[in-house]
Amino acid sequence: MHSRDVDRDAPVDGGSAEAADSASGPPLLTVSDLSVAVRRRQRPLPVVRGVSFQLREGQTLVLLGESGSGKSVTALALMDLLPTGVEITGGQVEIASGSLRSLTPAARRRHIGSTMAMVFQDSISALNPVMRVGDQIAEAVRQRDGVSRAQARERTIELMARVRIPAAEQRYHDFPHQFSGGMRQRIVIAIALALRPRLLIADEPTTALDVSVQAQILSLLAELQEESRMGLVLITHDLGVAATIADRVAVMYAGRIVEITDADELFNRPVHPYTTGLFGSVPQMNGGGTELRPIPGSPPSLVAIPPGCPFHPRCPLAVDRCRAQLPTLENVSEGHAVACHLSQEIVNAR
Amino acid sequence: MSAGEALTPSSDPVDGEMETSPDAGGWGRLRRSPAFLLAASLVTVMMAVALLPELFAGLFGNGDPRRCDLALSGMGAAPGHPFGFDMQGCDLYANVIHGARASISVGVLVTVASSAVAIVLGTLAGFYGRWLDGILSRLIDVFMGFPFMLGALVVLIAFPSGSIWSVSLTLTLFGWPTLTRLMRSTVLSVRELDYVTAGRALGATDLRLMVRHVIPNAVSPLIVLAALTVGTVIVAESALTYLGVGLHAPAISWGLQLSLAQNDFQSHPHLLVYPSLFLSVTVLSFILLGDSLREALDPRSR
Amino acid sequence: MRRYIAMRLIALILTFLGVTLLIYILVYALPGDPIRAMAGDRPLPENVIAELRRRYHLDEPFPVQYWYYVRGVLQGDLGTDFNGRPVAELMADRWPVTLTLALTAWVLELLAGLALGVLSALRKNRTLDRIVMIMTIVAISVPIFVVAYTAQLLFGVHMRWLPISGIAEGWPRSYLLPAVVLATFGIASVSRLVRTSLIENLDADYIRTARGKGLPTRRIVTRHALRNSLIPAVTYLGADLGFLLGGTLIVEGVFNLPGIGQLLFASIQQQQGPVVVGVATLLVLTFLVANLVVDLLYGVLDPRISHVRR
Repeated sequence: MHSRDVDRDAPVDGGSAEAADSASGPPLLTVSDLSVAVRRRQRPLPVVRGVSFQLREGQTLVLLGESGSGKSVTALALMDLLPTGVEITGGQVEIASGSLRSLTPAARRRHIGSTMAMVFQDSISALNPVMRVGDQIAEAVRQRDGVSRAQARERTIELMARVRIPAAEQRYHDFPHQFSGGMRQRIVIAIALALRPRLLIADEPTTALDVSVQAQILSLLAELQEESRMGLVLITHDLGVAATIADRVAVMYAGRIVEITDADELFNRPVHPYTTGLFGSVPQMNGGGTELRPIPGSPPSLVAIPPGCPFHPRCPLAVDRCRAQLPTLENVSEGHAVACHLSQEIVNAR
Repeated sequence: MSAGEALTPSSDPVDGEMETSPDAGGWGRLRRSPAFLLAASLVTVMMAVALLPELFAGLFGNGDPRRCDLALSGMGAAPGHPFGFDMQGCDLYANVIHGARASISVGVLVTVASSAVAIVLGTLAGFYGRWLDGILSRLIDVFMGFPFMLGALVVLIAFPSGSIWSVSLTLTLFGWPTLTRLMRSTVLSVRELDYVTAGRALGATDLRLMVRHVIPNAVSPLIVLAALTVGTVIVAESALTYLGVGLHAPAISWGLQLSLAQNDFQSHPHLLVYPSLFLSVTVLSFILLGDSLREALDPRSR
Repeated sequence: MRRYIAMRLIALILTFLGVTLLIYILVYALPGDPIRAMAGDRPLPENVIAELRRRYHLDEPFPVQYWYYVRGVLQGDLGTDFNGRPVAELMADRWPVTLTLALTAWVLELLAGLALGVLSALRKNRTLDRIVMIMTIVAISVPIFVVAYTAQLLFGVHMRWLPISGIAEGWPRSYLLPAVVLATFGIASVSRLVRTSLIENLDADYIRTARGKGLPTRRIVTRHALRNSLIPAVTYLGADLGFLLGGTLIVEGVFNLPGIGQLLFASIQQQQGPVVVGVATLLVLTFLVANLVVDLLYGVLDPRISHVRR
């Protein structure tokens, strides 16, 4: 059984290269070697293993991966919103130069509450069904700013307008089930904005929406980000979404990051066989006539992670070393790190 | 897909198996649940007592509940008579043991009958909907407009015959709505599931769909409620008998024993204690059974 | 919302008609002599029988009989007993006693049930929770008359804390023990319902959103989780009125409180059929109205119900 999943310190992602991007300044978010596991009667079940990345102000990082890759859990871990029975088992999280793990739960909650906010995928269940939406947003405002009810109400209507909910003042009094999916998602975003976060985490914010609405939400997020220079971590399995909005992309598989680099670099010069495989299985508009090549097999179940590189059973390039030894995340070029034994060969073969 | 979903029991292999069907993991959990094991054993014991009272009553040598000697009226425990005697001088232990049969029979009878009605009517109403469902729902409302005890009281007053059958019939009359309502709403949700639609697309008849697909999947909440119902029916029967409208002498029932005890229990507490104990434990075991079944069959446990 | 109320009122009327019809059929309209059936073993002189027959319109066609009955009920005439006294009069003095008892028990159920449910949900699986769970299962299983007698024995006779009989000491002392006995089942049920519902809601996604806002735990529980969790408990409390009405029957008998329940109890013993029917009808009506009130409350608590066209 695969026992040693201690990930020797992968070189912390040194942030983006000189590649053209709008980020600047010291890192807003630094995640080092984060590990999360599910508590069970026997041994804990690791779900996230040694994930590291950085984010700067105004930068958008996309965590890309299939279901079960651990991307959502990573986000929940950052926000201290892990469900019962799931806990952080290692690593460090630093937000705006404040380390989270060393704080008491109450202090941590305060620090998180004043710096980060999260937007969830399923807006209908993310909102309290028996409470008016305006009140739900206002609640966040009052929690963050401690203002009076009247002032909170004003600010709420402002926020609703900012996320482009028409007739905000009337719709303040409506209940979640009276809105469409896209509108509800905007409400959830408004709640997040009310907290005036420096970092926004969005977990599959567009997955439950129609394509046209998706585009609206994404452009809204981009706008908001530009206005306030907040950092954005967006979680998705959708390559299109990543391509639209990402500055940097971290590809996750079986609980770890297998490739992380600027978006351009990833889409044009992917290295890790999983990443390449993902692109190969997406229909191309102008490819005309090429076969779709889905990656054979399916992602490993959490309890049956293969030894060595977890991708090796499905990897067309796998060699013996891949079956035996876990690859570490290493830079193949400035700002581009890959966890694959054959990364250098792949780059050279270009 | 939220993180919570990724980590719910359906993907968490508790017993080293993935939960592909709702019962696979449930049965394992049942076997390990102390509440279920306790309840199941108690229920088994009480059912045995109800089926073979002579066997259990004879354990101390004086198994005949009708062998009475007025001279021993109200006396406490004596060798061979662990519970003492009732006011007629009959062995209390034998009477308590024999009392199980009446109460448990009524409980089981009423539950089985109500469940049968519930399965048939509930499935039909849930499956076909529209006016059939409308009528049934109004009917259910009417019957549920009767507070249970009151309704049974009125009926039993009008038909005083005091046999197990009349009491059971009456209790069924007021018991079927709750079970039927539950079955109906479960069927309503099962009906929309994909494999029912698939079955229909394959040309299965309504009857076949109902019997092979809908009912087996809708039935587990009903089983839970049925277990609980046995308990509540036993309580109801004993209450009605205690009030004088349920079973009559010469039937032997806990309700009768308690009704007879009410004037004397302050000086002879054992007359109250033993029938109450057996009654309570029996009811408790059925309710515990239903409760632990619910915990085990509930896909969202823990 | 108005539409919702209107629909519920119509349902109420229909149900009431249905219920009274059922009662009527059961007692009056079946083959056999209803007068003798109601009288049971009591011997009645011939002229009384003839008078009763006339009064109950038993010689007339069934729909007419039923009409007289319903009209009577709506006018407050619930029949008379075999001694000629109107049932309504018999009930008048007793109503306040029963009402006090039932309401006290109901409030106890609400408060204690809520408190216990919340506490055990918040301390899920720890000692307090385990104890409460065991106690509630026992409370649900033990029949009410057993509880009544045991309580009477323990608290009234042995420990002499509270009176065991009559209403001489007024409220609350005379009513406290009976109310607690009456409420036992309900407290147990409500606390279990609240517990289950709260635990479920505390796991819900919108609670996660609320946590994400940085709200303090207390506010999350009261403002968000509880409001959603109350719904099953409220439903139960509404239906519980029926159980309480049935329970007063026994409790008033055991504790000798001069209420409707005792009247019913005695009439059953004395086989006074018309009284039983009259009281039952009124109690059923009360039950239906209470259910209506609960449904309306439901509509307030859960806006999804009243806002959606059914």
